Amino acid sequence: MAGLMKMRRGTVTPYSQFVAGMRGVAPMAIGAIPFALIFGALAVSEGGLSIWATSGLSLFVFAGSAQFIAVNLLSQGTGLIPIVLTTLIVNMRHVLYSASLAPYMKHLPKRWLLPLSFWLTDETYATVINVWQDTNHDRSHKAWYHLGNAVAMYTNWNLWTLLGALFGSQLPNIEQWGMDFALVVTFISIVVPMLVTRPMLICALVAGGVSLVTYGMPHNLGLLIAATAAIAVGYSVETRLQPAAASRPVPDTDSQVWQLGQKHE
Amino acid sequence: MNEILLIVGMAVVTFAVRYLPLHLLGSFDLPISVTRALRYVAVAVLTAIAVPYMFYRDGALSISHTNSYLVVGLAAVVIGFRSKAPSVTIIVGMALFVAYRFLLTALPV
Repeated sequence: MAGLMKMRRGTVTPYSQFVAGMRGVAPMAIGAIPFALIFGALAVSEGGLSIWATSGLSLFVFAGSAQFIAVNLLSQGTGLIPIVLTTLIVNMRHVLYSASLAPYMKHLPKRWLLPLSFWLTDETYATVINVWQDTNHDRSHKAWYHLGNAVAMYTNWNLWTLLGALFGSQLPNIEQWGMDFALVVTFISIVVPMLVTRPMLICALVAGGVSLVTYGMPHNLGLLIAATAAIAVGYSVETRLQPAAASRPVPDTDSQVWQLGQKHE
Repeated sequence: MNEILLIVGMAVVTFAVRYLPLHLLGSFDLPISVTRALRYVAVAVLTAIAVPYMFYRDGALSISHTNSYLVVGLAAVVIGFRSKAPSVTIIVGMALFVAYRFLLTALPV
């Protein structure tokens, strides 16, 4: 068994990393299935969209929460411009994801950056950032890990959107079945293993506390405020606890949160 | 509503926020303090999405044993600390959720 592990580790290829990326995100992809199903069903029944437009949103926008909010706005008769502006605000958190990936991905040519940006989601970001920050792995293969991860999420989201759009009418009140708990448990499963340092734990407590206080604010602004406050507090606690670390560039192996190899065990 | 305009409009703004930071920040080095602070993005954003989802049901704060999102969500946090494997947390958490919802309807408490 040890020999097998050694052999597998010794033969890292683009293909093996692509498959590892798909496997790494598989639990999150399963968690996204109920959302894609409910989105497909609601877009047709509540949003009044055709099956083509429903699939079109998943194919060309590929942003779950924004797609849900758009359907909700459509059902209230909201116009095009407010829906597009709301989409922009709801997706602003991707600016943080994209900026956070930039130091690790800047070496990639455009033919990589364009598709990987298009496929950036909460789930893909949260799983690939650990791999990009991992100093033990060959940088050239990390892009393949990222690609496999993103392609798995995209294929999964689009398949289940289509099934929801086609067969949603046969699943009455599907949105009230509680399947959306999958989102909560998926995010918990990603966040909790990262809470191994005191600044990370404090960051999560601030994010949760501020998000509860700012919940009523329009357009997900509460989310942006809570996230920004939590990042600021987490980072300032870190600089206070480890002043020496503050000048070390990332990736910083000493404060590594967790490594690629642990993910599959 | 013109469906094609809707898709194009949403696609353009979504791609812009995903691509532009990577593109613009690709040509120079961010200050070390910024790249260190950005390591908190995942925990901050995902927590700020999940926590209100657990505590608010139908737009109102719900701190009660009948709020299955809160009760099983907190259980999933404990499972996450023990297992560290996302797949275990997700599968056990979903199973607990189904079981707890069944208990709530079966037992009038």
